Amino acid sequence: MINLKKRSSFTVFLLIIFLSGCATPAVKALETDSSQVKLRSMQTRAFDTADKKKMMQTVISNMQDLDFVIDKADLTLGSVTGSKFLGYEVVKMTVTVRPRGEKQLLVRANVQYGIRSIEDPGTYQDFFTSLEKAIFLTAQQVD
Amino acid sequence: MKKSLLFHKFSICAFLCINIIGCASAPKGFLRPGEDCLKTRELQMRQYDTTNEEQIITAVAGVLQDLGFTLDDSETDVGFVAASKKADATSAGQVVGAALFDTLGILFGTYSNISATVDATQQIKASVITKPSLEGNKIVVRVNFQRIVWTREGKISRIETIKDPEIYQKFHEDLSKAVFLEAQKI
Repeated sequence: MINLKKRSSFTVFLLIIFLSGCATPAVKALETDSSQVKLRSMQTRAFDTADKKKMMQTVISNMQDLDFVIDKADLTLGSVTGSKFLGYEVVKMTVTVRPRGEKQLLVRANVQYGIRSIEDPGTYQDFFTSLEKAIFLTAQQVD
Repeated sequence: MKKSLLFHKFSICAFLCINIIGCASAPKGFLRPGEDCLKTRELQMRQYDTTNEEQIITAVAGVLQDLGFTLDDSETDVGFVAASKKADATSAGQVVGAALFDTLGILFGTYSNISATVDATQQIKASVITKPSLEGNKIVVRVNFQRIVWTREGKISRIETIKDPEIYQKFHEDLSKAVFLEAQKI
């Protein structure tokens, strides 16, 4: 009988965990699932070129290859923002290009699918793989 | 005793399933170029026999205006222009079909309101990028279009990338003309 009680309380415990798992607390605006370092490393690559303009044009072209329509671009910030449709969800992507030292550029991409931030390294790797091919340079992992 | 144990196991299992499905993650692989990527690129891209980027980008803006678009954003230094327009999306066939269905509904004593779900308006977004070709003696212009279609009720019925070759041909034909006109200062 005691055993059964234990089991009941365990069920209740599970219920609480899972019900609260999907809840939306008021302040979620600045929340991410991964650590800042991990996120940066999966979203950023360095390229051996200092031609920011060309890199931005290649990024835009590459995003168009992936069916994105570009919404905004800014050369000073080095930012490009585009969106595409996947089923009934909107995928929004921002790519920033900024100098790293004299001879390198850092390219960072971040993607949102609907209301979720994409924190899957494979998705970002896919993007950088096609970017590498487009600009004939190797994307280097940044620590 | 045995029964309640089974029930407990079952309920835990069910909750795990429900909660795992409820928090499903985003799809993967959507940043990989599709199989028809090269074909699409061919459709959207054209080379123009000039090296004057300013002339091309001015012509692009002009053509977008000719096609009824308003410019949303641009960064001429990278050769980028974004524009959008709202347009009618009604198709006669769809409207007639829906009206017929609703009328039949009335005749047979059932209520249906398919007419409210037909496509009514659409927003078309375009983005254009111009850049020097690999050899550097020409300028490559690439455009792509997306559209969002709303029903009469104001609900979104479709969102899609436009892959209709005619639209892209029309854009590039108009652009060729515009480049010529700009060059002649007309």
